[in-house]
Amino acid sequence: MSETAERVKKIVVEHLGVEAEKVTEEASFIDDLGADSLDIVELVMAFEEEFGVEIPDDAAEKIATVKDAITYIETNKG
Amino acid sequence: MFDLSGMTALVTGASGGIGSAIARALSAQGARVALSGTREEALRKVAEEIGGDVVILPCDLSDPAAVDGLVPRAVEALGKLDILVNNAGVTRDNLAMRMKDEEWDQVISVNLEAAFRLVRAAAKPMMKARFGRVVSITSVVGTTGNPGQANYAASKAGLVGMSKALAQELASRNITVNCVAPGFIASAMTDVLPDAQKEALTARIPAGKLGEGADIAAAVVYLASREASYVTGQTLHVNGGMAMI
Repeated sequence: MSETAERVKKIVVEHLGVEAEKVTEEASFIDDLGADSLDIVELVMAFEEEFGVEIPDDAAEKIATVKDAITYIETNKG
Repeated sequence: MFDLSGMTALVTGASGGIGSAIARALSAQGARVALSGTREEALRKVAEEIGGDVVILPCDLSDPAAVDGLVPRAVEALGKLDILVNNAGVTRDNLAMRMKDEEWDQVISVNLEAAFRLVRAAAKPMMKARFGRVVSITSVVGTTGNPGQANYAASKAGLVGMSKALAQELASRNITVNCVAPGFIASAMTDVLPDAQKEALTARIPAGKLGEGADIAAAVVYLASREASYVTGQTLHVNGGMAMI
């Protein structure tokens, strides 16, 4: 697992208070991890802070799974 | 009831009559309070009056960058932020036909835009903490209107609408967003009115007198308390009965 993936999963576990085993790359934030729209906003802001990337609203809307987040961050971080 | 021990609060416009009364009341209920305003000397005086552990955070609310920095400064000074009281307000009264762009802009920027910037910043730590209380001081004229105050009335009505939207966005995180709407309260803002106008105003108030800062402060204490957790998106009118909404 890449370093980015590790850090993303750590943030997801901390913010959503879910067990680490549940945070697979295929897991959907809303359907599998019980997040609501405010949780998504909080996660996106946490990712932005952790990785120094900016995730515009239209990109954030497309982030549905843990893998989506990892891919976006790996593609866009400086 | 209404014990605020262990809670922290940021009050804007804290050197004014209503603002200092709010800060005093929150502190008396046990909250640790940060006073903000533009006049540092006046803030210091209020802090001395209140006594104890009070923080002073000077800030010019017409400067967007300074406003954005205020909540982080408060969190740093207080360790966390439970209560935000958007109290600061200015007036630039003029009949609409004579109202200059700057008079409109100044009032909207301090009374409404700064309040939005502060809530936006405060929402982050409050969401994380799963607790928050936002109380904005609006005005009876935001509901009734008042000639010569198109800018002020718009800014105060704006606070009500904004608070209702935010209340819906943040309710699931135990963050309540409410307004207190003073009627005519004895303060620097009403002191400048001519006596004849004050008498005419008083005649319209069933309670037969102007209100005090403490009347507003008591409403703020209630909405900031843990007991008010099921009250959100509301405006509590404190006006001696002059307008019953």
